[in-house]
Amino acid sequence: MNIRYFAWVRERVGVEEETIDVPGNVKTVADLIAHLKSLSENHAAAFEEEDAIRVALDQLHVEPDVSLGDAREAAFFPPMTGG
Amino acid sequence: MTVTPLVRVQAEDFDAGQEAQELTRNRKDVGALVSFVGLCRDEAGTLSALELEHYPGMAEAELTRIANQAIDRWPLTGLTVVHRFGKIPPGENIVLVIAASAHRRAAFEAADFLMDFLKTRAPFWKKEHLVSGEESTWVEAKSGDDDDAARWVNT
Repeated sequence: MNIRYFAWVRERVGVEEETIDVPGNVKTVADLIAHLKSLSENHAAAFEEEDAIRVALDQLHVEPDVSLGDAREAAFFPPMTGG
Repeated sequence: MTVTPLVRVQAEDFDAGQEAQELTRNRKDVGALVSFVGLCRDEAGTLSALELEHYPGMAEAELTRIANQAIDRWPLTGLTVVHRFGKIPPGENIVLVIAASAHRRAAFEAADFLMDFLKTRAPFWKKEHLVSGEESTWVEAKSGDDDDAARWVNT
């Protein structure tokens, strides 16, 4: 699965984008976050304030309890501040 | 006839006057045009630039989704949304929303709605670069922006 990070989440993880193998027991967005946190100290630091992180699956906003389904891309970012 | 919004995400500046003209060109049914331009301010001389990061693809898609919600909700004749990304110095444009309709109320409300949802839903993030040279920091989302967007639910 393709994973993208933006703004301070990107800075804390240290990469803009990465491709990961999703283990079979990872079913929801929340499961995916738990898995990403286990990948490295940087990932763990990036997702420390988990409530502050927003998620998009295939470029659509979703909540953490949503199933990953057959989504190809997940993106993680802080609350938006455009406009 | 279904209205198709014009949505652009770009590094270059925009010309609000020219974009407004595009919405009235060759038409006689437009009675109201409401235009909003968001600019970069210098925060009392302390800010040297805003850097706008965006999620390419989703930014356009989300702005289009918000624009289509506005079109479903108000009788608009046209709707234009332009959002810039990259480093923007104080005094320069950041965002443009223009709503066109037969009557003023729909145009005012649609432009207001667009900006409220753009701020809370469109994937853009601002980083502040300071005149002092201190480390640049990410702008924090304001809870007031969520309250503004919530105004449009059940109204």
